[in-house]
Amino acid sequence: MVGKKKGVDEFSGTETTGHEWDGIRELDTPLPRWWLWVFYATIVWAFGYWILYPSWPTLSGYMPGILHQSQRADVEQAVLELRSKREEMGKMLGTATLEQIEADPNLFQFAREAGKSVFGDNCATCHGSGAQGFKGYPNLNDDVWLWGGKLEDIKHTIQVGVRSTSPDTRQSQMPAFGRDAMLESKQIDDLVEYVVSLAGRPANTEAVGRARQTFKEQCAVCHGEDGKGKRELGAPNLTDTEWLYGGERSDIRAQIVTGRGGVMPTWGSRLDPMTIDALAVYVHSLGGGE
Amino acid sequence: MSAPLLSTVRAVAAETALAADGVARSNAQATNSAQSRELYRARQPIYPKLVHGEFRLLKWVGLAGMLAIYYGVPWIRWERGPGAPDQAVLVDLFRERFYFFWIEIWPQEVYYLTGLLILAALGLFLVTALFGRVWCGYACPQTVWTDLYIMVERLIEGDRNARMRLDKSPWTVEKFVKKTAKHTVWLMIAAATGGAWILYFHDAPTLAANLFQGTADITAYLFLGGLTFTTYWLAGHMREQVCTYMCPWPRIQAALIDQDTLMVTYRHDRGEPRGPHKKGQPWEGRGHCIDCNQCVAACPMGIDIRDGDQLECINCALCIDACDDVMKRVNLPRGLIAYDTSQNIERRLRGEKPKIRLIRPRLILYAVSIAAVGAVMLFGLSTRATIELNVLRERNPTFVRLSDGSIRNAYTVKIINRNNAPRTLALAVDGPVGFEIKAIGVEQLAMPLPVEVPGDKLRSLRVLITVPAKALKEVSLPIVFRVNDPKTADTTETRSVFLSGGSAP
Repeated sequence: MVGKKKGVDEFSGTETTGHEWDGIRELDTPLPRWWLWVFYATIVWAFGYWILYPSWPTLSGYMPGILHQSQRADVEQAVLELRSKREEMGKMLGTATLEQIEADPNLFQFAREAGKSVFGDNCATCHGSGAQGFKGYPNLNDDVWLWGGKLEDIKHTIQVGVRSTSPDTRQSQMPAFGRDAMLESKQIDDLVEYVVSLAGRPANTEAVGRARQTFKEQCAVCHGEDGKGKRELGAPNLTDTEWLYGGERSDIRAQIVTGRGGVMPTWGSRLDPMTIDALAVYVHSLGGGE
Repeated sequence: MSAPLLSTVRAVAAETALAADGVARSNAQATNSAQSRELYRARQPIYPKLVHGEFRLLKWVGLAGMLAIYYGVPWIRWERGPGAPDQAVLVDLFRERFYFFWIEIWPQEVYYLTGLLILAALGLFLVTALFGRVWCGYACPQTVWTDLYIMVERLIEGDRNARMRLDKSPWTVEKFVKKTAKHTVWLMIAAATGGAWILYFHDAPTLAANLFQGTADITAYLFLGGLTFTTYWLAGHMREQVCTYMCPWPRIQAALIDQDTLMVTYRHDRGEPRGPHKKGQPWEGRGHCIDCNQCVAACPMGIDIRDGDQLECINCALCIDACDDVMKRVNLPRGLIAYDTSQNIERRLRGEKPKIRLIRPRLILYAVSIAAVGAVMLFGLSTRATIELNVLRERNPTFVRLSDGSIRNAYTVKIINRNNAPRTLALAVDGPVGFEIKAIGVEQLAMPLPVEVPGDKLRSLRVLITVPAKALKEVSLPIVFRVNDPKTADTTETRSVFLSGGSAP
């Protein structure tokens, strides 16, 4: 039976709701007062929010609120502020010489951090996140530089790229001696021995002797008669222990046969000058900079 | 007749009665006692009556002293040299430093704060085990500010009876003026409290001037407003409800109090059976409590101390002063309500002599812990290094092979100079035979490398260590970085390793 009459519970002294099930009546215990006040406050707050901030959808858009707040605009504003903050340091970076940058701990730190971030976004795909390089992609930490390791050289390489689409690109071409049938297989075998001997490793002396003339005719133009390479041509040094495409005999042979050469894009058209400066300082400071 | 009406009638009847010669019987109700406590009930206002006595005096002195410290400390100056703030106590969030007179703490030394909090907790344990809730009764900001607010209320509206009358009376010009004056003074105190708080976080004279000129940062005004509101609300309106409903300490204290703890206690062995007393009546066969209710009238928590130890009681000892005053007037020894232990009451009931044990195992434990933590802190602070060195080995790449076959490792060396003046520190490395060192930004290659570190700053250096191929006997070689101040012989060192990446023969 459902009773409708409200009453007061005789045990607790609290009002009842008037609902009754099987003789059990429901108490109408009031909500805690603080809870109610907080609830009312949130309602008032909500009205304020509707008026101040974007809230209700309309047929053609939404009510913008009298503050015209927009998170998109906030982000754009924040990005602009960040840019203008960086502007000052960026200008200093553009005018300072390498020595000045490295002697000023603040500027140097700024350049390194900015450069590191840009490196991670743009360069790490090929050179690795620590610039350690991979087979065919130079390690930028060591002292081996195909195109020079001075700050200006590094900066120029970043700007124009290697074998890139830039008209000023750094350009070198190792011929595919084997594939293009410029040398016979036997000659290539001898050349491999010769190159191994250049690096100071034990090699077949007869083969080295046979290859000496071939090297002079075919390779020395770029790599030099002593095999130490020529930076102005981007020709690597063959006498050191570093090999871009591997130092095993099979690796060296493969390189003579196919003459591989990687491509580095031109960044001058994609990154602003300040970013390239920072990037150059970062790469230079990795350890190999000259 | 309903129960509340009945009690009103009783109260009115009692109003005219005397508890003893020269002692009016108060009709004070212990509104927060266990009997009258209900779950859903609006707050019953409490009108604590002014008392005079030793504890009241102690509380006035304490209140003045603690407020003076709180409002005054940000204005103390402390010379630290150029570039450093000259405020003695300053939490400098912008520069990430905490200054306390001669002590300067960096964020990574936040363990000093941990130590301080441990000391504070242990100190609280110790005094609570000794004397009950002295923190609550004398030193807690909630108690101090509530006391201050009640003082203002009393000065403007009068003492207990006048305040009760005023609240009951219809709105008159006088009532309006008094209430407005009270809330105005309360709000001014609240604003000063919030204002003093933010001064701990900025240079006080500058910020105070900016605050009044309206040029201070918006956060300063937000904090000022927030703290003004909480002070006004908690000390003016919430009062004892903060202690009873919001604060966890009354719940924790039960574990810290034992039967030997000296607490504000009604000595029921002496007081009961209670009842009004007429001049000339003998005191034999009855208790010393004349049931004048003055202890209840004085209580800011709205309880009756004679009901025994209660969660609401903050041990403020005002009932002791109230009762001592009455005892003096009826020519009985004071101390019917006094600092005593529950055990002593039982002892006296058994006819034994009361004893006070101030040295107990838990107190010794607390004292030893405080001494130990204090000693560790003191040692840490007094031997605090002025140079700190951190070395992070570059892991990507782990090592670099150079064209001549030698191996190079890179390290990020972070040197902290905790002195305010810039220093040229000497960096040296002990490493594998024949190694070469280069620090980017430092021209010199011969060790020790001179590294200029600005005052109160960290300098991060990229250091390259190159070891010739023939020296690489093992995959991992120990290496030690050492920094010292050539002028003071202050030295610190850090161990790391040099990895040759398996290029060892």
